[in-house]
Amino acid sequence: MTDTTEKAAAFRATAGAAPAAPAPAPPRARVLRTVTPWLFLIAPLALLITFTYAPIANMVAYSFTDWDGVSPELHYTGVVNYAEIFTREDLFQVFFVSGYYLAASVVQIVAALYFATVLSFNVRFRNFFKGVLFFPYLINGVAIGFVFLYFFQDGGTLDSLLSLLGHHTDHAWLGTSTSANTSLAGVSVWRYMGLNFVLFLGAIQSIPGELYEAAELDGANRWHQFRHIIAPSIKPVISLTVILSISGSLSVFEIPYIMTGGATGTETFVIQTIKLAFQFNKTGLASAAAVVLLLIILAVTWLQRRLVPDDKVDLV
Amino acid sequence: MSRRIAARTLVYLSLITASAVVLLPLGVVFLTSLKTSKEMADDSGKLTLPDNPLNFDNYVTAFQDGRMLSAFGNTALILLFAIGGTVLIGSMTAYAIDRFSFRFKKLVVALFLIAALVPGVTTQVATFQIVNSFGMFDSLWAPIALYMGTDIVSIYIFLQFVRSIPVSLDESARLDGANAFTIYRKIIFPLLKPAIATVVIVKGITTYNDFYIPFLYMPSEDLGVISTSLFRFRGPFAAHWETISAGAVLVILPTLIVFLCLQRFIYNGFTKGATR
Repeated sequence: MTDTTEKAAAFRATAGAAPAAPAPAPPRARVLRTVTPWLFLIAPLALLITFTYAPIANMVAYSFTDWDGVSPELHYTGVVNYAEIFTREDLFQVFFVSGYYLAASVVQIVAALYFATVLSFNVRFRNFFKGVLFFPYLINGVAIGFVFLYFFQDGGTLDSLLSLLGHHTDHAWLGTSTSANTSLAGVSVWRYMGLNFVLFLGAIQSIPGELYEAAELDGANRWHQFRHIIAPSIKPVISLTVILSISGSLSVFEIPYIMTGGATGTETFVIQTIKLAFQFNKTGLASAAAVVLLLIILAVTWLQRRLVPDDKVDLV
Repeated sequence: MSRRIAARTLVYLSLITASAVVLLPLGVVFLTSLKTSKEMADDSGKLTLPDNPLNFDNYVTAFQDGRMLSAFGNTALILLFAIGGTVLIGSMTAYAIDRFSFRFKKLVVALFLIAALVPGVTTQVATFQIVNSFGMFDSLWAPIALYMGTDIVSIYIFLQFVRSIPVSLDESARLDGANAFTIYRKIIFPLLKPAIATVVIVKGITTYNDFYIPFLYMPSEDLGVISTSLFRFRGPFAAHWETISAGAVLVILPTLIVFLCLQRFIYNGFTKGATR
C-alpha cells in the first residue's frame, strides 16, 4: 500500500494534474484509480498525437496556403491548390500511373488465390514452394530495385534469358512509359504476391477438413470445392486484400523511385508529392495533394466497411 | 484417371515456373556478385557462372567503399530502440485499454483505430515539419521516434493477447497487495512473450527494410542505414554491377537467414499483422 501512495505522490509531483492538497485515503484511492490508465496511456497518446494527428491537422492547414516550407511568411490562398491538382494535366497524370498498379494487383490477387488453393491440398515440397513464394515480400526494397534494374537492363537478365530461348531483342524495357510502368508493376506483383498468398493460405487452412470430406462424398470436384467451400470462407480476407491493394496502388513509392526516379512517365502520386514538397518547396501544393490521397484512401476503406460488414473488427 | 495425372502435372509445372520467376532474378544477381569486372566486360551473357565461385572481392569493396559496416551499425541501433519502444508502448496501451474502464476510453480507442487507416506516406509532408521543429532532423532519433509512435499494428497484436490472459490472475495479485504497475510488470508483461516475439519479428523486418523514413530524415552519409547506403551505391558504382550485386546480396542475406530460422513465426506474425 505504501508503494501505491508513493507512486501517486510521485505522479502528482511530476504531472501536477491531481489536486495539490493531500486528500484523505478513500478519495486518494479513487483519484489513483482514475489516473492509473492514463499513466499507461500518456506516452502512447503523446506519440500518436505528435506524429499522426498533429501532422494531419497541419497538413490540412498548409493545403490552403502558398507556404514554401521554409519562409516565415505564408498567405491564405483558399482552394487554389486543390484546383491546381485537378486541372493541371501534368499533376493529374499520376492517377493514370496508379492504374497500372491497380491492374497488377488484380493479377496478383488471382495468382495468390490460385497458389494458396493449390498448396492447401497435398503437394510435395509444399513448404519449399510456400517459402519461395513468400520470401520476396521480406526482401529490402532497395535490393529489389537493384535486382530488377539489372533484370531489365539492356542485355540484362531478361534479355539474356530471351536470347537463350532463341528470341533476340533490344527492347528497352524501361525506355517508354507504357513498357516501364508495366515492368515496374510486374516487379510490384513479384514483391507483394507472397503476402496475399500467405494470408489466403492461412484462411483456407482454418477451414475444417470435414467440409472437404463431406463434399467429396457428394461427388464435388476441386473446382466445386473452391467455388462453394473455399471462396465463401475466405471472403473477409479477400475483401481486406482488395482494400490494401487499392490503397497500396495509390501510394506506390519505393520501387519506381529506386528504379527510375519517376522518369519516363513512371512518377506516382507519392513521388510527385515528395518532389513538390522537398525539391520544389511547394509545401502548400504538396499538402493539398496529400490530403486528396488521404481522403481517397479513407473513402475506399469506408466503402469496403459498408459493402462487406466485417465481423473481424472487434477492438473492444 | 489420366485427366487427374494431367491436372497434377500442370499444378507442379505452375509451381516450378513460379519458383523460377522468383529465384532467377535473385540467382543472377548472386552469380554477378562473384564475377570480376573483367568477366563483366566480356559480355558473355548474364546467365553464365563466374570463373572463380569463391571470388569475394566485390563483397570486400561493397563493405569498405560502400560503408556497409557503419550502415549495419546504424540499422542495429535503430532496431534496438525502435523495437524496445514499440514493445513497451504497445503492451502498455493494450493493458490500459483492456483492463481499465475510464472516461473517454471510446475516444482513445477510436483515435488508435482511425490512425491505423492513415497511410504514413501521405502525412510525411507535415510530419517533416514537426520532426524538424524538435531538432531531430538528420539524427537517428527521427526514425526511432517515428517507428515507435506510429505502430498501431503491434498494439492490435498485444491487445488480442492481453484479452486472452484471464483477469482472475490480476485480481488474485491485487488481493496480495500488488498495484497496477506491479501487475503489468510481473504478470502481464511476462505472459505476453509470444506476442512480443511476433512484434519483434514483424517490426524488425519492416524496420530493417524501410527506405522512405531514413531517406527523408537522415540525408547525412554517416547516418546511412542499410537501405539508404545501398541506394547510394548507384552513384560511385554506377557501371559496376558486380559491386552493386554484392551490396544487394549483403542486404538480402540476413533476411534470408532470419527467414530460414524463424519461418513459422514469420508467417504467423505477418498474417496477424495484416488481418489485425
